[in-house]
Amino acid sequence: MNPLLELLTRSWADILVATWQHVYLSLGSVALGALVAVPLGIWLSSRQNIARVVLSIAGTIQTIPSLAFFGFTLPVLGIGVLPAMVVLFLYSLLPILRNTYTGIREVPGELIEAGRGMGMNDRQLLFMVKLPMALPVIMAGLRISSVYIISWATIAALIGAGGLGDLIWGGMNVYDIWLILAGTIPAALLALLAGFTLGRLEKAVTPRGLRST
Amino acid sequence: MGQILQLTLEHLWLSTAGVLVAGLVGVPLGILLVRARALAGPVMSLVDVLQTIPSLAMLALVMFFLGLGNNSLIAALFVYALLPILRNTYTGLAGVSPDLLEAGKGMGMTGWQLLRQVQLPIALPIILAGFRVAMVTAIGIATIGTLIGAGGLGEPIWRGIQLANTLMIMTGAVPAALLAIITDVLLGGLEKALVPRGLRAKNI
Repeated sequence: MNPLLELLTRSWADILVATWQHVYLSLGSVALGALVAVPLGIWLSSRQNIARVVLSIAGTIQTIPSLAFFGFTLPVLGIGVLPAMVVLFLYSLLPILRNTYTGIREVPGELIEAGRGMGMNDRQLLFMVKLPMALPVIMAGLRISSVYIISWATIAALIGAGGLGDLIWGGMNVYDIWLILAGTIPAALLALLAGFTLGRLEKAVTPRGLRST
Repeated sequence: MGQILQLTLEHLWLSTAGVLVAGLVGVPLGILLVRARALAGPVMSLVDVLQTIPSLAMLALVMFFLGLGNNSLIAALFVYALLPILRNTYTGLAGVSPDLLEAGKGMGMTGWQLLRQVQLPIALPIILAGFRVAMVTAIGIATIGTLIGAGGLGEPIWRGIQLANTLMIMTGAVPAALLAIITDVLLGGLEKALVPRGLRAKNI
């Protein structure tokens, strides 16, 4: 029988489980990352000096090779989902943080002045002017982060966190191209799907006046 | 200690090789695409799709078709280094102000001269930024090269993970992290240094 069909009938449950684990891992890490990075970015937008330091640190974290990072966390957090999510969470921070910070800082000064002129206090300014204007850029940061994390979550399988990396690694060990593909294709599709969906969302939250056709 | 140094150099060599090949393809291709803008969209999309393939998967596929070892790793590194270099070359060149191009043409510059004396100098920092991103990415992916029999600092990390030997992990992880960070800082400095004097921002 066709080896692909054989694999699918034999292992479809494994593929589904691995895909679910992968989604859980990626979505969880990015969601946590956003929960931290967006408020932090907002807070930093009025504190340029601290911002420079924080962005620098986040940028440095980004450059650390992922296997090395997993290696650092292993002695402290062991193997499994927890260390994987910690590392992926840290990796997801920079794109979201930088985009939130830049997005808010680039809101045109005239608009802020107009808001103040209307009597807005800081909070109103944030929620009614700055955030709506910055939202597309923040969404872009989320998109970049998600695609990046979905890709690197495959490595998490190597430290026992599960996910589609398990199928890929398994396939590498027994030299089975179909098993490798059973892990690769869903992962690539997930990344493309996330990129596409978040891209649409990005366009949807662009205030109508700013949309370019 | 000497072994760590050797592995570090090997790691650096593997990453650089991948990035250089990507540069040899990406920069000319970027220049070409600026001339033939219609092709830019499809080509970028194709390279973009290749980027979404998780690196472990790419290594697995390369291993399947090219076998184990350093050459396969370099092939995979090439694929991932291509997009940043290609995109930055294209964007950098395309972003040169049309007024400057007109001024050049008015001075009688040929297409070649325009490229060499106007477009490339202005685009250089951006192109270099592409190389920087490519290098850091390559150093990162090269750490998992050990899984397909390539050398580099991934080997002590991976073996350390399997043997639960923290010291062994660190002898690979620390140099790898330092290598990536230092490369990022050095190339970043080069980037700033190569901005044509007239374009330098005074204070940030």
